[in-house]
Amino acid sequence: MSRHRPRVGPRSSGGEQSPHLDVDALLADPTTRIVVCCGSGGVGKTTTSAALALRAAEQGRKVVVLTIDPARRLAQSMGIEELDNTPRPVVGIDAAAGGTLDAMMLDMKRTFDEVVESQASPDKAAQILANPFYVALSSSFAGTQEYMAMEKLGQVHRDAEADGTYDLVVVDTPPSRSALDFLDAPERLSSFLDGRFIRLLLAPARGPARFMTAGLGLVTGAVTKLIGAQVLRDMQTFVAAFDTLFGGFRARAERTFALLQADGTAFLVVASPEPDALREAAYFTERLADDAMPLAGLVVNRCSARPGGGAAVLSADEAVAAATRVGKRDPRSVTTGLLRLHADRARAVEREERLVERFGAAHPDVPVVAVAALAGDVHDLDGLRAVGRLLAGG
Amino acid sequence: MSDWPDVRLHVVTGKGGTGKSTVAAALALALAHGGRDVLLCEVEGRQGIARMFDVEPLPYEERRLATGLPGRRGRAGTVHALHVDPESALLEYLALYYHLGRAGRLLDRFGVVDFATTLAPGVRDVLLTGKVFEAAKPGGRRGGGRAYDAVVLDAPPTGRIVQFLGVSSELAGLAKVGPVKHQSDLMMGLFRSEATAVHLTTVLEEMPVQETADGITELRAAGLPVGGVVVDMVRPRDLDDEHLAAAGAGALDPGGVEHDLRAAGLDDEVADGLVDVLLADGRDHAVRRRLEDAQRERLATLGRPTYELPRLAGGVDLGALYELAGLLREQGMS
Ligand SMILES: Nc1ncnc2c1ncn2[C@@H]1O[C@H](COP(=O)(O)OP(=O)(O)OP(=O)(O)O)[C@@H](O)[C@H]1O
Ligand SMILES: Nc1ncnc2c1ncn2[C@@H]1O[C@H](COP(=O)(O)OP(=O)(O)OP(=O)(O)O)[C@@H](O)[C@H]1O
Ligand SMILES: [Mg+2]
Ligand SMILES: [Mg+2]
Repeated sequence: MSRHRPRVGPRSSGGEQSPHLDVDALLADPTTRIVVCCGSGGVGKTTTSAALALRAAEQGRKVVVLTIDPARRLAQSMGIEELDNTPRPVVGIDAAAGGTLDAMMLDMKRTFDEVVESQASPDKAAQILANPFYVALSSSFAGTQEYMAMEKLGQVHRDAEADGTYDLVVVDTPPSRSALDFLDAPERLSSFLDGRFIRLLLAPARGPARFMTAGLGLVTGAVTKLIGAQVLRDMQTFVAAFDTLFGGFRARAERTFALLQADGTAFLVVASPEPDALREAAYFTERLADDAMPLAGLVVNRCSARPGGGAAVLSADEAVAAATRVGKRDPRSVTTGLLRLHADRARAVEREERLVERFGAAHPDVPVVAVAALAGDVHDLDGLRAVGRLLAGG
Repeated sequence: MSDWPDVRLHVVTGKGGTGKSTVAAALALALAHGGRDVLLCEVEGRQGIARMFDVEPLPYEERRLATGLPGRRGRAGTVHALHVDPESALLEYLALYYHLGRAGRLLDRFGVVDFATTLAPGVRDVLLTGKVFEAAKPGGRRGGGRAYDAVVLDAPPTGRIVQFLGVSSELAGLAKVGPVKHQSDLMMGLFRSEATAVHLTTVLEEMPVQETADGITELRAAGLPVGGVVVDMVRPRDLDDEHLAAAGAGALDPGGVEHDLRAAGLDDEVADGLVDVLLADGRDHAVRRRLEDAQRERLATLGRPTYELPRLAGGVDLGALYELAGLLREQGMS
């Protein structure tokens, strides 16, 4: 077999074209105040945020991590099974460097309720919280979770800057299909609340008869036909009650958006080495640039390449050929199976590298780090430490 | 023989990223044999079907997509595709049931369509499922559309499926009267019948398997017919049990492996450390297989027919979809 072969070993620092993402430098930089982990569904956002937060804390930072729907065992190991919207200290971290780690799990509805309560008189708040449309909006509007994650980030950051409890906030983002949802949701929510139809519904409540156009009659007529008069009345009550809050909501969303554009914020885009996830990651990095939001880099998570020199010594084709030869001599030999496994991994590594290189070719300025898949689940602090080491390139 | 001979509507749900779209596409190909026509629907507005089949983005219109996987006697059927988006569905619905010419367009202009399809997720879901219902309902279709032998729906994920199929939707609470309610009642008749099966995809990992178990419980509670469980992306099984145990325990004999490699002419690679790399591959594989086995046992306790598809190291292209279709058929899913 030829000694000259394509390199199929792991490049734990990403494809040849991409600069290396130095996670430790990012975490050690005292001006880094907020790290946001984004990415499409299931790629490892929650794991990455928890692993980064733990690593930063063990390197001496005072960290709080906001997670969203962590796996049950991971939540248990961090002591955050309770959904109470309060950060709690994580037990078992190495505090030798003087750092601390608090964690919390976001309660979307609770956060929404709190915003309403803080913005309206108790009577009015109670009226809003009981309206069926508010219940629908706060529990299932596509984007509420994203909006509330931002809202909570804004709150925690403000408190932290005011009283110095934390010097780094790490934020997980909701399991949406697209990473862009996180950036789009607040805008979607406020433009929705400000939409033409809502203003139309409000028109009669606001009085002037000139709003009562023939158009309105037709529209409300059609809506009534469609879903019944009661629903329309509920809608009107809700919209009227909520009207005074719109301004407050918009202002808060704008402040948080500005915070995300500030220098102390770093976005990390997480992707799996799959075409869909990398495509999403590419859209997202472009969108961040458009919105002047600071991108730290791309994490390609759960790669097949093994870190630290465990190179795939044979290419996929070579391994298959070798397996056949060994199998001919001794069909029962374990070596045949091992070579086939190796071929399978080498094939995946080759494919993943091509995908990451393609990303790098289109986005040559985006720093990249590849994180190998651990053999087991990541459900305790040791697992998080292992992922943290891989994130730091080791 | 198919495990689901009476099913006309196959709904494919599962945790995000566990293979719903891939399995729905493969199942559609598998069902399209012996001249049978199958409609593959997507409702999440992502043009996943177009990407998988490498065609132009789909319009709001049925399109011929592919030839199915031929049956034993060589005869294939066809697969059509339909991309349903809520805005088009609402406007069509209004035109169809209310003859709302001017008002329909006005509704759109005033942002009602946007409003209805975002604030009231129940309304959006009824519209999306309504379109699928049209294609799958018994006794042919309004307006003489093409009749299908089976409809496969690439559905929203497990967490939203019961609500999506309209059972416990806010809508039921919000719209107690009116034609939307009437329409959703009609659809429930089909969704709860034996002509429907809600299949769940999963991978052999803790969270997806948990979500499968929870999903089955919720579907049952809602009276929806639970179909099979499709386990996607199963690792290859290149080691037998005995070798697997040894690999996991770190008890494989490096000398034996080295001997085999040298005998196959791989002296240079042995010098490069191939033996250690192979043993490490074996060890990782054993750890993963153990976790997979534990999850497979959990799935077995759920008591549903289970189908397994291998993780294809080269990814999923059109050829791979036919390969997966063949595997589903072999296992009796189609
Ligand atoms: N590097 C890794 N090696 C092995 N397993 C991993 C790795 N990263 C993540 N996982 C596992 O992958 C699964 C999904 O990860 P995680 O929950 O972090 O993803 P997510 O992006 O937050 O998902 P969602 O979009 O559903 O919120 C978990 O079971 C986790 O343990
Ligand atoms: N058997 C398989 N072998 C290899 N790759 C696979 C296999 N099945 C699915 N994939 C890949 O896994 C990824 C997720 O699959 P798919 O898109 O079908 O999941 P999904 O459940 O529809 O995801 P989503 O929740 O985002 O809609 C895709 O990149 C797909 O190509
Ligand atoms: Mg998550
Ligand atoms: Mg999909």
